[in-house]
Amino acid sequence: MNIVVCIKQVPDTTNIRINPETNTLIREGVESIINPFDMYAIEEALRIKEKIGGKVTALSMGPPQVAEALRTAISLGADEAILLTDRAFAGADTWATSLTLAGAIRKMENIGLILMGKQAIDGDTGQVGPGVAEHLRLPHITDIRKIEEISEKEIVCERLLEDGYLRLKAQLPIIITVVKEINEPRLPSLRGKMAAKKAEIITWNAEYIGIPVEEIGLNGSPTQVLKIFTPPKPGGGKVFEGEPADTVAQLLAELKTGGIQLGAAKEE
Amino acid sequence: MDYFLTEEQQMIRDTAAQIAKEKIEPLALEYDEKGIFPWDIVKVLGDADLFRVFIPEEYDGLGGGAFEMSIVVEELSKACGGIALAYAASGLGIIPIILFGSEEQKKTWLPRLASGEILAAFALTEPNAGSDASAIITSAKPDGDDYVMNGTKQWITNGGEAEIYTVIAQTDPSRGARGSSAILVQKGTPGFEFGKKEDKMGIRASATRELIFQDCRVPKTNRLGKEGMGFMVAMKTFDQSRPGVAAQALGIAQGALDKAVAYARQREQFGRPVSSFQGLQFMMADMAMQLEAARALTYQVARNIDAGVKNVAGISAMAKVLASDAAMRITTDAVQIFGGYGYMKDYPMEKMMRDAKITQIYEGTNQIQREIIAMHLIKESMRKEG
Repeated sequence: MNIVVCIKQVPDTTNIRINPETNTLIREGVESIINPFDMYAIEEALRIKEKIGGKVTALSMGPPQVAEALRTAISLGADEAILLTDRAFAGADTWATSLTLAGAIRKMENIGLILMGKQAIDGDTGQVGPGVAEHLRLPHITDIRKIEEISEKEIVCERLLEDGYLRLKAQLPIIITVVKEINEPRLPSLRGKMAAKKAEIITWNAEYIGIPVEEIGLNGSPTQVLKIFTPPKPGGGKVFEGEPADTVAQLLAELKTGGIQLGAAKEE
Repeated sequence: MDYFLTEEQQMIRDTAAQIAKEKIEPLALEYDEKGIFPWDIVKVLGDADLFRVFIPEEYDGLGGGAFEMSIVVEELSKACGGIALAYAASGLGIIPIILFGSEEQKKTWLPRLASGEILAAFALTEPNAGSDASAIITSAKPDGDDYVMNGTKQWITNGGEAEIYTVIAQTDPSRGARGSSAILVQKGTPGFEFGKKEDKMGIRASATRELIFQDCRVPKTNRLGKEGMGFMVAMKTFDQSRPGVAAQALGIAQGALDKAVAYARQREQFGRPVSSFQGLQFMMADMAMQLEAARALTYQVARNIDAGVKNVAGISAMAKVLASDAAMRITTDAVQIFGGYGYMKDYPMEKMMRDAKITQIYEGTNQIQREIIAMHLIKESMRKEG
C-alpha cells in the first residue's frame, strides 16, 4: 500500500511581521517551514508504514524552493518526494490546489491512504483535504486525533470535536486530516539528513498531470484574495471599580453621556 | 568564530543543537532536582544517529571521531551538562572497544552502542585509587579460560544504566601497574552488582554508582588487548576522551554566558539595562575570551587526535584543564551577573555552576593534568638536549 502525505511550505509564523502600510506579509528574512500540522501528518504516515509496511510519498505543490520542504520530509523518513511545479499552478486557490493535487495522486498507483494536516497556518482554510477527496471521489475524515487501528482495508479512528470525539470506522482508500494531538513528530536523524541531501526530488508539471491549464492556477480559481489585513485591535475596555451599586451607577452615567457608543462597531 | 566545519559536521551540530533546545532544556531543571536518568533523551539521541558519529562505519557508525563527539557533547551541554553526560560517558566506555577490541568484540557491541539501544561505561576509579590509578586492587584472577573478579569500583558514570563496562582490574598483582588488564563485563553477569546511586552536587541527571564484583566469572575472551595492558588501555582512552570533557565544560560555559548576556540586556537598574555598566561588560568580555580560547584549543586537539597525531596526552590534558577551569570561572561569573536570581533554584545559573565543577575533577583532576603537561615539557626539553 502506498501512503501519500500532502505538505505545504509556509512562512514560520513564530516571528512573522506584517507591513502596516501595505498590509502584506514581510517575507524577507522569514524562514520557510513545513506547515506544522503537516508535520503531524508526516509522523503519522511514518508510524503507519512502520506498523503495516508500505511506501510513504511526500507531495507538494509550489515553486522550486519547496523542494527544501520535501527534503525535510525525506530526512524524517519519507521514501520519495514529488514536487508539482509549473508557472501554470501559480495563484491557485483551494479549489485549484486540490484539483491539482488530486490530478497528481491519480497518477500514482495503489494509493491506500492520503494524509495531511487539518489546515495550513498561513491560509487557515482547512479546505484542501476535503477538496482533494471530492475531486478523487474518495471518502475523507478531518481532524483525526488518534488512529486506533489501521490495515490495508480499513481504519478505525477518533475525530476531534469541540466537546469530545467521534469514533469512526471507514474503508480505504481514504483521505484523512490530522490535528496536533495525534502524535509528537520525530526529529530528523543524521542518516535521514544525509539521504535527503542526495535524494532526487521528482518534479511533475501541468502537462504531465494532464489537467487543462484553464482549470488550474489563477485561471482555475473561483475565489481570489483581494486584500490581506491585520484586524484592528479592539479598543481598550473600561473597568468600573467599587461596590456593585456604585459601579452600575457609574456605568449608566457613562452610557448616558455617550462615552460608549453602542453599535459603533457594526457601522465600521 | 568560524571553525570551518564540514557540511556533515555542521549537520551533526545542528541536530544536537535542536535536541538540546527542544528536548533537553525543558527537562533540565526537573531532571537535576529529582536526579532522573535521561533514558527518554538517550532514545532521542539514538534515533537521531548521534551515537553513531564517532563509531567506525563498518560497525554501523558514521565514521567520525573525537571532533564529532566533542561537537555533540558541547551542544547537549549547553542545555544540561548532566543529561549530556549519559552520552559522553557512553563514549568513554565505547572508545576502548574501538581502540583495543577484537573484531568479535567490536561486532558484538559497537552496532548496539551505535544505535543508542544500550549504553557503555568505563571503570577505573576505586575508593583508594583515584589520581593514583596504579593503586587499584580490584582483581581478575586467571582461572582456566576465565577470570574471577573481586573488588569494588567507585563513582562509575552510567553505572547501573549501562549494559557493557570496560573494567580495569589486576590480573597479576605482583607486577603493579603492568599487571592490570581491561576486561569487558556485561550487566547481569553473576557476581556483578551495583552499589547505591550517589547523591551529587551537580550533573545530577547522570547516574553514578559503585560496581561490586564478588567471584564474578568472565571469559578471558572478554579482555580488551593483551594481558597487562590495562593501564595503557586506560591512558589511551583518556587521551581520546579528554576533549569530550573539555567540550562538556565549553557547552556548560557557553550556555551560562548566553543566558547571562541575555539577562544583562533586559535587567534594569538605575533606569538602564545592567549590560550598559562597564563592571558587567568587563566580566562578559573576559568570559567570552576565555571560552573562545578554550574552544579553539579543544577543537584543534580533537582534530589532532582524529588525524592520528602521536603523543596527544599533553595537549589533550591542556584542553581539558583550560576548558574546565574556564567553565568554572564563567559559570561563577554568570551567577554573579544574575545577582540574587542567579542564586535561586528557579533559574538555571546555580545548576550550571554546580555542573561545571565536576569537569575540573573527573577524568583526571586538573592537578594531575598539569603534572601530565609538565612531564611532557620536561621530556621534550630532555630530548632536545639529547
